[in-house]
Amino acid sequence: MTTGHWTSRLSEYLDNELSAPERAAADAHLRTCAACRGTLDELRAVTARAHALADRAPANDLWPAIAAAIGSEMSPLAPRRRPAGGRRWSFSLPQLAAAALLLVTVSGAAVWSLAAGRPPAVATAPAAGRPATTSAPGSSLPTTRFTTSRPTAEQSYDAAVADLQRVVEAGRGRLDEKTLQIVRKNLAAIDTAVAQARRAVEQDPANTYLNTYLARTMRRKIDLLRQVAALTAAES
Amino acid sequence: MQTPIPGAPPLTPTPGSPQIPSDAVEVALAASGDAHAFERLYRAHSARVHSLVRRMLGDDDADEVTQDVFVRVWQKLGTFRGESAFSTWLHRLAVNVVLARRAELGTRRRRFHDDDAPLELVSARPRSPESVMDFEQALARLPEGARQVFVLHDVEGYRHEEIAEMLGLATGTSKSQLHRARMALRNHMDR
Repeated sequence: MTTGHWTSRLSEYLDNELSAPERAAADAHLRTCAACRGTLDELRAVTARAHALADRAPANDLWPAIAAAIGSEMSPLAPRRRPAGGRRWSFSLPQLAAAALLLVTVSGAAVWSLAAGRPPAVATAPAAGRPATTSAPGSSLPTTRFTTSRPTAEQSYDAAVADLQRVVEAGRGRLDEKTLQIVRKNLAAIDTAVAQARRAVEQDPANTYLNTYLARTMRRKIDLLRQVAALTAAES
Repeated sequence: MQTPIPGAPPLTPTPGSPQIPSDAVEVALAASGDAHAFERLYRAHSARVHSLVRRMLGDDDADEVTQDVFVRVWQKLGTFRGESAFSTWLHRLAVNVVLARRAELGTRRRRFHDDDAPLELVSARPRSPESVMDFEQALARLPEGARQVFVLHDVEGYRHEEIAEMLGLATGTSKSQLHRARMALRNHMDR
């Protein structure tokens, strides 16, 4: 084989993509051809350089344009339209645990500050151009729900929680201790957040932010309990 | 041993595995509609996405396409199952947006060509320190086909089979384009 032939195959050699006989032939050629060895070293340096390329942030902040496109000027806790078919949660319990704890911490502070008399966040309409969507069950409760029919909504919530807790309790023996610890920790954190939100809503029943926050926190508890119920069913 | 919920990742971490991916909290919050969490994801990943887009399409389109990528991410967060790292999922989505834009630009501008003139220009040995291009500049001047294969393979780590499928090429073409790009770039190391 000629030097020209092997030069054109040095990248495949470098990437370990030659067959065993081809690689043996290439090794034999490289032992006698200084030019190909030099080229191979240069190619190796190119790949190393490519792997080490540093990422560079855009010169301009692109977030304002992105925010405008997704309509994120709305309150982060305001209802948002969902993709068709509803959003399916698929995060692991540790992920849910982390998200729930962060939500409780951040939103709890927000509730406290709002309850203390600071102005509530103002919800704005979603941006135009989003794909046609439908609401996931319970995920975007109208913001007036808890102000106009709160007893009914809360009764429904309490009933759903009770049902799910019975299922979870029945299947408790089928879960390992680590999972149970995560579940208990999450439920405690969510219960605290629900209690805080309920107190804040009692003080300011017309506050849209507080009502939305309460609805979503309740929803999180139901989601978590559903996950655990599904897990116990899978274990049975 | 627990049976995982179909379609969902394991509910408990295995011993020795990372407890919680660093993005998991932000992803979960953003998926529930928290735009502030999504902004934090943007801040964390914008440099990598923008660099990918810039290397694949060039400076002119990088900002606009990067914006498109993040808007698509926002719209599709609900489909993220957590089966791979969020950064991996994001990157693949970014590549898809880039490839869609590439097809659009190729049709509109008739810019996609693989003549050897740009390759020879990049391959030429720099004559003086003043005329030396740095590696990124040299990369940007590669013919589009060779540049995109090089970026996907050597920078982003995709395999030839994946690249061939993405770009609609034969695997052998992807390999030859990669070799052309590497041969052209070897004269522009660390300058």
